[in-house]
Amino acid sequence: MSTQTAPWIILFTPLVSAALILLLGKFSKTLSASLALIAAGTGCALSWWLFNQPIDGKMLSLNWMSLGPELNLTIGVTLDHLSKVMLLVVTSISVLVFIYSLGYMRDEEGYSRFFAGLSLFLFSMLGIVLADNFVMMFIFWELVGVSSYILIGHYYSKDSAADAGKQAFIVNRIGDFGFMLGILLLWFGTGTVVFSELIESIPGLAMAPIYLTVACILIFMGTIGKSAQMPLHVWLPNSMEGPTPVSSLLHAATMVAAGVYMLARIFPILEIVPTAREIIAWIGGITCFAAALMATQQSDIKRILAYSTISQLGYMVLGIGVAPTSDVAMFHLFTHACFKCLLFLAAGSVMIAMHHEVDMWHMGGLRKKTPVTMICFFLGMLALAGCPYTSGYFSKDLIIEWAVVKIPFLGWLVAAAAGLTAFYIFREFFVVFFGKARSEHAEHAKEQPITMLVPMLILSVLAIFAGLPFIQDHFFKLVRPDHELVPHLLHPLLYAMFFGGAGLSAFLYFKARKDPISIPLFANRLYIDNVYFWFVNNIQGGGAAFLSWADRWIVDLLVVQVPSKLTWACGFALRFLQLGNIQAYAFFFGAGVVGLLYILISK
Amino acid sequence: MPTLAHYLIVSGLLFAIGLGGVLLRRNILIIFMGLELMLNAANLSLVAFSRFNLLADGMPNYNGQVLVFFIITVAAAEVAVGLAIIVALFRAKQTTHVEDLNTLKF
Amino acid sequence: MQLALFSIFSLLMLAFALGVILLRNPVSCAMSLVMSFVALAAIFVTLDAYFISVVQVLVYAGAVMVLFLFIIMLLDLREEKRRRVRLSAWVGGGIIVGGFLSALTQVISALPALNVVKPAVSQPMANDVALVGFALFRNFNLPFQIIGVLLLVATVGVVLLSKKELK
Repeated sequence: MSTQTAPWIILFTPLVSAALILLLGKFSKTLSASLALIAAGTGCALSWWLFNQPIDGKMLSLNWMSLGPELNLTIGVTLDHLSKVMLLVVTSISVLVFIYSLGYMRDEEGYSRFFAGLSLFLFSMLGIVLADNFVMMFIFWELVGVSSYILIGHYYSKDSAADAGKQAFIVNRIGDFGFMLGILLLWFGTGTVVFSELIESIPGLAMAPIYLTVACILIFMGTIGKSAQMPLHVWLPNSMEGPTPVSSLLHAATMVAAGVYMLARIFPILEIVPTAREIIAWIGGITCFAAALMATQQSDIKRILAYSTISQLGYMVLGIGVAPTSDVAMFHLFTHACFKCLLFLAAGSVMIAMHHEVDMWHMGGLRKKTPVTMICFFLGMLALAGCPYTSGYFSKDLIIEWAVVKIPFLGWLVAAAAGLTAFYIFREFFVVFFGKARSEHAEHAKEQPITMLVPMLILSVLAIFAGLPFIQDHFFKLVRPDHELVPHLLHPLLYAMFFGGAGLSAFLYFKARKDPISIPLFANRLYIDNVYFWFVNNIQGGGAAFLSWADRWIVDLLVVQVPSKLTWACGFALRFLQLGNIQAYAFFFGAGVVGLLYILISK
Repeated sequence: MPTLAHYLIVSGLLFAIGLGGVLLRRNILIIFMGLELMLNAANLSLVAFSRFNLLADGMPNYNGQVLVFFIITVAAAEVAVGLAIIVALFRAKQTTHVEDLNTLKF
Repeated sequence: MQLALFSIFSLLMLAFALGVILLRNPVSCAMSLVMSFVALAAIFVTLDAYFISVVQVLVYAGAVMVLFLFIIMLLDLREEKRRRVRLSAWVGGGIIVGGFLSALTQVISALPALNVVKPAVSQPMANDVALVGFALFRNFNLPFQIIGVLLLVATVGVVLLSKKELK
């Protein structure tokens, strides 16, 4: 085992396991689950081992195809600090979620299919992490989209699940189109798609700042789609139709972080295009605040967490936009993966206890029925809300500090979003676990089996402690803004935000039987979904109707029907030459030969 | 002395007679004989060309004769197969007249 | 002298060839065909192609003709009954044959190079068989082998075709 081979083993074990599960899965559920677990476990163990290995020289890179002298596509791995950390996050979270899924999916149909999908997802995600060039990353980027589609649509017989899968796929396609254009622009400008070569050749392009800015913003569109930033965030809440482990692993901890990871990967390029970074920061900040607003009025326990995810991803994107090193955003990605995964697992545990009820106003009083889940949820919530000295506190505050220093307006905006975060998550906590039981199911809820609790407990520890300074130093090289520059008001304000949000929530929701406040604007997600719906129905629908008309009457009739009928008519006419008399054929043949002779002579 | 043109004219006439036989006769056997005449006309041309184009050593170009040899061989094979087909056809239809063999048509 | 021999045999050959396509009795046609082949063999001799001449007599006049006669006997073909003369066939055939001949005369008359007198060969009485053999086995060895295979295939095919019942 060497540092050369380990990444390849990490990458391809999940693919092999996905294939094996699809082949053999129908024989045994245990076999499918253990195959998936073995693959994830191998990846996890190797990632931890690899993290402490020095990187020796250039990594192996295989020629894939050569498209002329200009474009040589390779399949290769990058193994630097960034990808090592991301490997750790992805594989470790995967193992925990896989274990949790053993319990969560125990009575579900499509058990093997589910684990095959998870393995395929893991393979694609690891491909993004390890890719050493844009083309390979793009391929795995799309593979992640496919596995996400498969997993969201796991209950494909349910219309809403199938539609959510389609929506996720199509919305991502919009972002990916920009991403692809951006890759092409960069390639056109530098003649390479390999990250290391790109970063070397970028200073030569700094002369054309507008060109580079456009390319970077187009690439950022990939992030907007995959990391669910405004205005392409609509798919993420709907993707909660998938099984909860999927929401936890893909739509909270890892896959949606791929966009942020990709930005971190090209951070040296972004550094020399300040305009692009400013746009990135604004989109991140606005997303962060708007998603937090939307989260305050949802009643579906998973959707609240989904909007929270969008909001937290907004922080990370903002971090890329304002901080001088990508590690600031990666640090938040790291802590967010821990506590958001935990929150989703806890929510899944509640759902199982509630027989798949997701409306929190039908729950209540679960603290006595499911105490372990409640404690786990509570710890994850503290980290998310930024309770002092939990992991989320360290990472989020760092981003807010940088934002306040660089773009003050955005900084104060996301500081307010931190207050909203505390408010909406405590609201969920109080409504679900406190008060009186509001339905039959809530009265008879039971605690979950050990396979589900253990991953949650592990994640709880991580959620609280993953941000401690010695861990920060071990995994990241963080840079803090100068003390002079940070307003002295900021930290007290953040404390106030946390306690204020939590307190207000407690005041309003601690014993509420129904929501005491109602803001339709937020409940309806700022009406963005409605705008899209209107757009798709009227404008895009009209275009589709026109194209369908054109297809039927122009393509089908003129291009397809006319030549086909013409050919048929010619064939019908020529059939009368088919006399069945060989001498007639000989006559035609002879006439042809003589005609040819005359043509030859006359030349 | 006969010239190359003489040989070619005779060859062409023989070919024309063979072609006429193929086009006009209705007995499939006679049509077959017409085909043989046409092959022979081609042979005559080839041998004449071979004789009239001497090589550097003053001998005829034997490549032409080798080709004729091949044609004769193939013709022998063709006659054998063709006649076998005619026999099979006669067994099935009890006729050798091409006008009666016209089921392959629209 | 040569011209006289050539003329005689050419006329004989063409006359018998005409006989093939004009006579009504298949047996007469076949006999005319033999005579035509033999006359052609004689013309080959005037071209100093002795080997080809002998092969012509052996294969065509011998083997092929026996086959033809054998089949005529086997099928018990009688003299063709007078059928209605098909005017269209005769006109069409005539046009094509005439067109072909006119094209031929145009070519021959347009090319003076074709009017060459037969050049003398350096060894008039050379061993013709040996020379053809050299050409055949040295330059055309592979085609020669292939033609052997072709004959074998034809033999097998004929046997199959002539079986009473194909299974």
